Amino acid sequence: MKQVELMDVSKAYEKQQYVLDEINLSIEEGEFFVLVGPSGSGKSTLLRMIAGLEDITDGTLKINDKVVNHLPPKDRNLSMVFQNYALYPHLTVEQNILFGLNAKKVNKKEQQKRLKETAEMMGLRNYLKRKPKQLSGGQRQRVALARSVVSESPLCLMDEPLSNLDAKLRAHMRIEIRRLQKRLGLTMVYVTHDQVEAMTMGDRIMVLDNGKIQQVGEPITLYNEPANLFVASFIGSPKMNMGNAAIIDQKLVIEGVLKIPVDPADVATLTKNNGLTVGIRAEHIFQGTSENTTHELEVINVEQLGNETLLTFEIGKELWTAKWLGQWRVDVGDKVPVHISTKNISFFDTESGQLMKPASIINEQEVVAI
Amino acid sequence: MNEMTIHRESLATVDFEKVKKRQRMGSFFKGILFLLPSIVLFSVFLFYPMVRTIYLSFFLTDNSGVPTVFVGLDNFTNIFSSPIFQQSLQSTILFVLYTVPGAILISLFLAVIANEKLRGIGIFRTMFSSTMGISVAAASVFWMFLFHPTMGWLNQLLQVVGLDGIGWLTDPKWALLSVSISTVWMNIGFTFLILLGGLQSIDSYLYESADIDGAGYFYKLRRITIPMLSPTLFFVVTVTLINAFQTFGQIDMLTRGGPQNETNLIVYSIYQEAFMNYQYGTASAQAIILFLIILVITIVQFKLGERKVHYQ
Ligand SMILES: Nc1ncnc2c1ncn2[C@@H]1O[C@H](COP(=O)(O)OP(=O)(O)OP(=O)(O)O)[C@@H](O)[C@H]1O
Ligand SMILES: [Mg+2]
Repeated sequence: MKQVELMDVSKAYEKQQYVLDEINLSIEEGEFFVLVGPSGSGKSTLLRMIAGLEDITDGTLKINDKVVNHLPPKDRNLSMVFQNYALYPHLTVEQNILFGLNAKKVNKKEQQKRLKETAEMMGLRNYLKRKPKQLSGGQRQRVALARSVVSESPLCLMDEPLSNLDAKLRAHMRIEIRRLQKRLGLTMVYVTHDQVEAMTMGDRIMVLDNGKIQQVGEPITLYNEPANLFVASFIGSPKMNMGNAAIIDQKLVIEGVLKIPVDPADVATLTKNNGLTVGIRAEHIFQGTSENTTHELEVINVEQLGNETLLTFEIGKELWTAKWLGQWRVDVGDKVPVHISTKNISFFDTESGQLMKPASIINEQEVVAI
Repeated sequence: MNEMTIHRESLATVDFEKVKKRQRMGSFFKGILFLLPSIVLFSVFLFYPMVRTIYLSFFLTDNSGVPTVFVGLDNFTNIFSSPIFQQSLQSTILFVLYTVPGAILISLFLAVIANEKLRGIGIFRTMFSSTMGISVAAASVFWMFLFHPTMGWLNQLLQVVGLDGIGWLTDPKWALLSVSISTVWMNIGFTFLILLGGLQSIDSYLYESADIDGAGYFYKLRRITIPMLSPTLFFVVTVTLINAFQTFGQIDMLTRGGPQNETNLIVYSIYQEAFMNYQYGTASAQAIILFLIILVITIVQFKLGERKVHYQ
């Protein structure tokens, strides 16, 4: 069943230009749906429209197959975590968490039970009697989360609920939220600008830029077959290596420096457009062995991550990063042999930014079926 | 090398305590310099008159205000045994009880409805706050016309519905109430404006969050608006309370303390005692009593308020 459905939804503040433009989207029941995009792309606006806090300028919004454009927030049966927490400063943490249950006249015993569970889960047990201003940013954020969780509404909207937590707590909360969502069968619309969070949590991801949908799909699809240059550069860390390219003498020439032989069959499709941009993931610039080395590149920076090593090269005016598993003792200035193959390269039309041909080898090589 | 040694030497000989003390003295003088204008003004117009009033309250005076006979606490004992002063005290307290809650409740109601985001709400906001710009004298004249026994609109209105006219300002049963009504009207402008300001500074996210939680209008009013407004309310209560105790203008204009001393509030009574009867001693004693009453009430209010008021 479709829990949330947006049909040609647009939004303009005060008759100015569109902040959101013709959004078409449906979110299934029980789905963990992640909305990601850079700052100012309209994520919060979209969420607030679903919540009913913002008027819908154009289009139709359905929740549970009913049109709800006109319904006030309280009749939409959802909960929300605000980007700025929106805690009640004059109430204690406990009162904050129970505010909604009190308003809905849930009985006291049930309230206490849920309060206990939620406080336990969010690690707030010792702070229940404090006022929000006596809490740290991360603790406040957890109160905001608790307030939404405690309501047990079937649809839950979260606006960057983990942005203020430290790395360890964030990883922990990610798992907690995900588990809770699965256990209660919640439908979740989750806003973040952190692509790692998007990749790790979402059943599906929607990438938004400038009020327009760039791509909707499963995390792996977005990673392997980004629909355009924006998605390609936004999803994945380190970001995809990009460069201008041209086909000269049956060879792909990237940034005028790297020459890679191409499959003659592809040449026709790739030369159709005048501008060609290529992209390759950092983990697809392999260390070259004596047989397959294609290029020797000078290392201009080395980052040791412990289990993997990031090497940076200069390709024309672009900086490319390679991610090699294990610890590699390489010094800046060394020339290292690498193996780059067109099979790992995605091709984009420079002008429109659209994907022309995704990397072909990913599926054969890396997907491990269990 | 040479410089280094000099530097080190000077470090050793510097007496930190002394330097610090000199700096403290310096900033103290600067502070006093900045405060000087206020200190001078307060001394001339506030501290000196206050001390003088206390001094005068122990004397009888001639009619130009020169103290003649020292009478100790006689002025105070006389006042408290005087039925006129007791009447005046009672009227003042009744007046405060009528006007303070009246003005605040009405302004709070007006502020809450004027805080809605509706088209043309600015007109209503201007209207509700307009009495702030009207002087007591002008407002009193306006109400004098309304209260006029024959030509006044109020009595004409009563006649239309078939009731007898009321001597608003001449009937001892009504006079204090009439003055209170006009005072409430005059105070609404100021209280409304302050309360509206308080309401507008409440973060709209709180209401949005409450909307999503499914809170109704009155639940939001009770759990969010009133608590978040409490510092403003507290301020407004303190100010209107003190103002009510010090009411003078409208009494002088509307009733002159009459009928039968019903509206003879303390400040008016002080005025009469001093400038009509030339009893500066008794007047000073009354002024001191008024001062103590206001002081005690304000202290009590702060003690009680501290626990209830939520400051951000
Ligand atoms: N009340 C408003 N009036 C006018 N413009 C607004 C209003 N609220 C947001 N905008 C504009 O709408 C656009 C989208 O804002 P939105 O808050 O949805 O961004 P966002 O994707 O949530 O960004 P962030 O990641 O920084 O939170 C921005 O360009 C912003 O300037
Ligand atoms: Mg946002």
